[in-house]
Parts: sequence; structure tokens; C-alpha cells
Amino acid sequence: MLFAFVYPQGADRIFKYLNIEISTPNVPFRLGLDLLGGTHLVYQADLSKSDNKSDAMQGVRDVIERRVNFFGVAEPLVQISGSDRLIVELAGISDVSQAIQLIGETPFLEFKETKADTQAILDAQQKGERLNEDPLQSTGLNGRHLKRVTVVFDQQTYQPQVSLQLTDEGTKLFAEITKKNLGKIVAIYLDGIPISTPVVQSEISDGNAVISGKFTPAEAKLLATRLNSGALPVPISLVSQQTIGASLGAESLSKSLKAGVYGLILVALFMILFYRLPGVVSVVALGIYVVIVLTFYKLIGVTITLAGIAGFILSLGMAVDANVLIFARMREELQVGKSLRASMFEGFSRAWLSVRDSHVTTLIGAFVLYVFTTSIVKGFALTLGIGVLTSLFTATVVTRTFLNLFNGPKSESKKWLF
Amino acid sequence: MHKTYKIMFWFSISLVILATVTVSVLGLRLGVDFKGGSVVELEFVNGRPEIKAIQESLFDFKDLLLTPSGSNGLIIRTGELSEQNHQLLLNDLKKAFPSSGVEERKFDSVGPFIGNELKNKSIIAIILVLLGVIIYIAIVFRKLSGVLPGWAMGLSAIVALVHDIVIPIGAFALLGYFYGVEISAVFVAAVLTVLGYSVSDTVVVFDRVRENVLRRGSKDDFGAVVHKSIMQTLTRSLNTTFTTLLSLIAIYLFGGESIKYFSLAMIMGIFLGAYSSIFVASPLLVWCNGGRVGKG
Repeated sequence: MLFAFVYPQGADRIFKYLNIEISTPNVPFRLGLDLLGGTHLVYQADLSKSDNKSDAMQGVRDVIERRVNFFGVAEPLVQISGSDRLIVELAGISDVSQAIQLIGETPFLEFKETKADTQAILDAQQKGERLNEDPLQSTGLNGRHLKRVTVVFDQQTYQPQVSLQLTDEGTKLFAEITKKNLGKIVAIYLDGIPISTPVVQSEISDGNAVISGKFTPAEAKLLATRLNSGALPVPISLVSQQTIGASLGAESLSKSLKAGVYGLILVALFMILFYRLPGVVSVVALGIYVVIVLTFYKLIGVTITLAGIAGFILSLGMAVDANVLIFARMREELQVGKSLRASMFEGFSRAWLSVRDSHVTTLIGAFVLYVFTTSIVKGFALTLGIGVLTSLFTATVVTRTFLNLFNGPKSESKKWLF
Repeated sequence: MHKTYKIMFWFSISLVILATVTVSVLGLRLGVDFKGGSVVELEFVNGRPEIKAIQESLFDFKDLLLTPSGSNGLIIRTGELSEQNHQLLLNDLKKAFPSSGVEERKFDSVGPFIGNELKNKSIIAIILVLLGVIIYIAIVFRKLSGVLPGWAMGLSAIVALVHDIVIPIGAFALLGYFYGVEISAVFVAAVLTVLGYSVSDTVVVFDRVRENVLRRGSKDDFGAVVHKSIMQTLTRSLNTTFTTLLSLIAIYLFGGESIKYFSLAMIMGIFLGAYSSIFVASPLLVWCNGGRVGKG
């Protein structure tokens, strides 16, 4: 059953051969970036000027998600990490540079007002002093407060303008700002550059604002589109990028699968040669182990990465170790001259402590890795952890059940098999 | 205890000292994920041009370190490249060698800030695993307190663990110095897994010591009990190490470039893990019991 879930194509072939009409569910494995090709981007948000940091991050996340979705990548990941980082993962993307542009070139719209000493700073800057000071200050009104952006044309000059419709919160803020700054400048900044610096003529309480910079119609339309897909509440910058080409990903996938299969075959051969019948039993248990683990990967939706496959192969080693511990103990008891039945019992009960302790210590490692590290290593920790837990189950329950099948009076005379 | 233990123990200790000296003299070659910076991996499908010619075509960029990889590959290491400069670099290459079929296989760019953070996190993770192991061992083996001080098993296991990590790190310092092998985040994963693995190896031996002590009382010479326990678990230790090494060697040979050194670190660590349970942790245990190492 589980086999059919893990490898539906194979199961279908078998069913067809047996002339049985059953369709198996086809849930694909979820492959990571390093196997599929794609890009892992880490953005740092500048939250120094925002009051509610988690709200601002949520805002950034929502906006970026909308942009990423617009790009049409299958199952993109947009995730807040820590307090001020955003992780974006795009798998199977062909033009990473274009994607980065689309995500990175997000407009940051902000309304700024004059300060008490604006004029003094401007005068000083004329003389080349106080150049690091911003003559204007933020008003708190920014891209987060946009509801709708459209292109309109001025009735008199036929110049294209960008019309902003503010949200309720933005409307209130804008009314306050315009009231406070009557007769003064309220500048509109885009990506840190002033694009329009109108003087407030009257208090505006209907939540409509117009940017009347010197746009061509095309520029106005582009700006409106960009603002509509969401202006960012805070500025962000790209601090880390990891891109893997699709060809390298495919190569890694086939190579690591090959490594996994060879590893499995070698281990199986060794077990059978060295432990004979119990070796065969443990190989069967190992097969069941592999199927169970892969089922977990599909059910939980574990993203399989290169490091994850390494974790899986390593957990295979753990699973074998558990069997080795039990069989070695069994053999020891047999050599002392105990009956097969007693040896089996002793083997399991005495080896159990060692199996438990060695699994728990590995689990400690996997757990710490999972909690304390990021994507690549996390995948490794997760597959290792799942593997170790499953191995505890297969080594004790599955191997024991199978061995008990051989535990009859007939086998007592064939101790050489063990 | 047999004389072999004494010899091997001091042999191990001198290896550890040697590794420590190597690391402090040569230093570790950290990958971009720790250091910050950018790495571009390229493949020239129709054959790689001369390194010198490539260098010349990229005269716009400063501080580039070009290393050939494989027959047609090239790795470019440099300080942090912005996405814009990254594209400029690729364009320059495509313009200079239009028929070389140059293709970007991988691009990593990490800010120095993030790198530092990862370094700190890795160190914390390693310390946490060590602590977790000491606590676990102390709890599991508390019944032996009649024969040994409560901390003895934990301490012996930790010394063995340090041994298992320090020697591969020393080996990687050498590999880094002579072959430019870098230590990346994946290496830390390898180290942590080795920790878990090698402690489980030590635990299996200690488990047997506990069983033998509890069964027969503490009448026998403790050194003899430990030796007996080692002999009893030897087949298991060898077999487990061997099967695990089989999997790892398969990864090393067929797993591709990106996890090659990960598996190499694991191979060393797993081997040392089995070795140190016998020749580092066990003699220490006997020594903690009050007898000198090598007595009997």
C-alpha cells in the first residue's frame, strides 16, 4: 500500500500486469531548490523608522508575495525569518535576474512634511553644510495606505497624473497632515527621491491625492501598476542570494539518487553475507523502513534537498545499526549455548538499551540542528530526525515480527542460519 | 588495562594537539556562507577558454579569484556582488567568449552580516549538542555512581567527542591550505551529525560496561571489565561503522561535487567516533575510576 503511494508509476505497472484496475494517488515529492534549480533570496527590511515592526513585516511579506505570485512560479515560498528578514524561494525559475528585479524594484512611496528648521537646513545646504540632514521628515503616511492607484489626465493641461485613493486609515492621516501643513509643502517621495512637492492649498479629507510630476503617459501607467501591486511599507535590501542553475540541479538529483541506491545495495549485501538469515530479515526491514520514511516525506511535505538526501542515507546507516546491535547480541547469546528462542529474546531486550541511547543522542543532534539553522541544514536535520524515529520503530517492531516467524522448533536445528 | 590502550590514547592526544596546531597556524578557509562574499560557478559547455583570457575580459572587476573546476568549469570568488554587477559580469563573459557556451551553474552571494550570524549560530548549536549529550549520559548512567563519579562517563564521552571533531577540522585546515577546500554551513551539519553518531558509539560501549558492572558487582578489576566490554561490543562497532562508511563512501564517490566534502568530513568523523570510544573514552573511564591508564 505504502509502496504504491511512494512510487505510483511502479505500482501502476504491477497492477496492469496483474490485470487489476486500481488507480494510485500521485502525490509528487517536493524537491528543494538545489535539486530543481532556482533561487533563494534573503531580504533585510529597514524597520528603524516603523513603530509596529511585526505589522510592517507582515505588510512587506504580503506585498512581496503578491509580486512573486504575479511572476507565476509554482509553489513560491515567502517567509518572514527572525524579526526583520524575509526569505523568498523561487524554484524552477529560468530567469532569476528578472525575478530579482521584479521583487527588488518595489516602489517605496512616502509622504514627507517640513520640519521646524527645514528652511535653516536648506540654507545651510546651499552653502555646503549640514549635507547629511534631511530637510523633511516622514509623516507616517506611506505606500501601506494606498487603496487604489489610477492614471488620470489633468482637465486643463492634459498632462498625465497618478491619482491615489487612500485607505480609511490613510484618509484620516492625510486629513491631519494637510490640516497641519496648510500653505506648506508636503512632498511625495518614491524610493527615497522626491517626485512631487506640492504646496497644500486646503485640508483634504476625502482620501484622494494626485501626483502631478512630469510624467509621460507610459511612465504614469508603469508607476500606477507598480504602486497597485503594492508599495512596500518599509524599504528592503537584498542581503543574500543563492542561485542554482537547472542543469546543476538535475545533475545533483540523479547523482545523489545513484549514491543512495548504491549505498543501499552495498549495505544490503554486507548484511546478508555477514548475518545470513537475520541479514535477509534486516534487509526486508530496511526495505520497509525506506518505504515508511518516503511516505512520511510525502505526507508531511518534506522538501527534499541535497543535504536532505544525505540525511536520509545516513539514517539508513542508523537503521542498519539498530539491526546490527540486535543480531550481534543474539549471536553472542547463541554462542554461549542458549536456545534460539532464548537468544532472540535476550538479543532484543539487551540490545534495546543501546539502540535507545544511540538513537536518542542522534535525535538530540538533529533537533538542535533543526532549531538553530537555516534552510539547507534544516532539510538535513529533518530527514535525519524522521529517519531515526522510523528506525526505532522498524528495528524493534518490524525486525522482531519477522524474526519471530522463524522462531519454531525447526529452526532450532538450523542454528547455522543465524 | 592493556598497554595498547595507553599507546593509542597518547597517539590520539598527540593527533589532537597536532590538529590544533595546524588549525592555529594555517587557519580555516571559510566559505562564503560564513565569510560573506560572492561565488559564481560557471560551465563552458564548448570548452573553457584560458584562465588568463577570462581574467582579462573581466578587467572591470577588482579582486576576482578564478579557479578552474573540472574540465570545463570555473569558479569565481569575489567580495559581495550586487545583482547588477553580477549581471554585468555575466554579460562581459558572454560578450568576450560568445561561442564558449558559458552557462551559470550556481551563484551565491552572502552579506558579511549574515555570515557572522551563521558562524555564531553554528557555535551555539555545537555547544548545545555537547550539553545535551552530557545531560543525557549523566541521567542514563546514574546507576553506576557506586563505581564512578557521576560526571565521569559524560566527561569521557565529551573528550572523545572533542577528539572526533578536532581531528577532521585539522584535516580540513590542511585540505583548505593545499587544495582550497572551504568550510561551509554543510560542514557544520557534518560535524553535528558526527557528534550524535560518535556519542552513540561511546554509549554502546558504556552500556555494556554498565551491564557488566551491575551484573557481577564491582569485584573485578574495573580496567578488566572495561576491556571485556570493549571486546564484546567490538563486532558490533566494526560492523556498524563499516555499513555507515559504505553509505558515506557511496555519497562521496557518486553524490556529486556539492556534498563530496560533507561526506568526507563524515567519513573521518564516523571512523574516529568508533575508534575514540575504544581508545579515548574507555581509558579515560578507567582512569576516572582511580586506576592509572595502562594499569593491569
